[in-house]
Amino acid sequence: MTPGLPDWVAVLTAILVLLGSILTLIGTIGLLRFKSFYARVHAPTIGTTLGIGCVLIASIIYFSVLQSRPVFHEVLIMIFVTVTTPITLMLLVKAALHRDKDAGKDHMPSHPAD
Amino acid sequence: MTALVPHPVLSVFLLGLWLLLNQSLSPGHVLLGGVIAVAGGLAISTLEMPRTRVRKPFAIVRLAFVVLLDIVRSNIAVTRIILAPTPPAKSGFVTIPLELRDHYALATLACIITSTPGTVWVSFDSAKGLLLIHVLDLIDETTWVQLIKTRYERALMEIFE
Amino acid sequence: MNAQTFLLWSLALAELLFVMAMAFSVIRMLRGPSAQNRVLALDAFYVAGMGLILTFGIQTGDTVYFEAALVIALLGFVGTSALAKFLMRGETIE
Repeated sequence: MTPGLPDWVAVLTAILVLLGSILTLIGTIGLLRFKSFYARVHAPTIGTTLGIGCVLIASIIYFSVLQSRPVFHEVLIMIFVTVTTPITLMLLVKAALHRDKDAGKDHMPSHPAD
Repeated sequence: MTALVPHPVLSVFLLGLWLLLNQSLSPGHVLLGGVIAVAGGLAISTLEMPRTRVRKPFAIVRLAFVVLLDIVRSNIAVTRIILAPTPPAKSGFVTIPLELRDHYALATLACIITSTPGTVWVSFDSAKGLLLIHVLDLIDETTWVQLIKTRYERALMEIFE
Repeated sequence: MNAQTFLLWSLALAELLFVMAMAFSVIRMLRGPSAQNRVLALDAFYVAGMGLILTFGIQTGDTVYFEAALVIALLGFVGTSALAKFLMRGETIE
């Protein structure tokens, strides 16, 4: 597909992309397998941290070699994802606790959440 | 200078963001990015964000490496739990008393705890200083309390307070 | 098999795995059982989609896909947090 791409770059990119996709898949398998919502919250974090991280590192290496200059704007996605996932997950867990409390199921330990 | 750039870290970040998005270091883009950086800093200063002083850059680098290592380690741990034939033994909430009060330090701690698979930040009671997290593989509550306090809280207090 | 064909096949396989991950999220989205599970599945869905688009970018050697992935990351965050916020408000005001 691309002439002049060193072999080690091709192999490294391939392994990183595969690893990233496998980790994301495992995250969604956890999403399907776990029984309760609070256990499921943990599963997709695999995809958002190492899963996407591996693909982004592969992309950085591949395009840097391909265009023979440092290409690292993928770091932006990494920053956005790591800063934003805590917010969404925190909001979701809080919302779930609220809804469960309204439904009469209380998961809380001895201390109230807010 | 401080009147024009009230939030230097944010302004530098905005300039870097602009240059990364355009993938260029040409004077035109540097100028445009500089204008955006100054405008963004001034816009944020109208929000009157709480200010903080970050010290010890070496401690930041060390904490970043610790967190990176922990992310990889807990990824492996959670992967093992997901692929195990039996469902996880026990997951539940853990309450952790924190001495950390700085807003930015708490925000960083929230990012760290949620970014490591297996733990999710739920809420923080700023009046009592109680942090509530949910842990996927909850074997012993006290080990988690000790882990968060010694591994992250101490480093964050060193950096922010 | 040389390194180039290995990369080609790995990219195709990775795309397949990302699509499977998206399919699994859709299954969880459809099965629920409650709104919070569906929103969580939507979150996992767009992350897998972002991975798929980044893999497309490597496959075609085109950096335009990066911009698409960035937009997905930003809009996905806004969407999920708006939905989560709605779940919280919608129930408390009721």
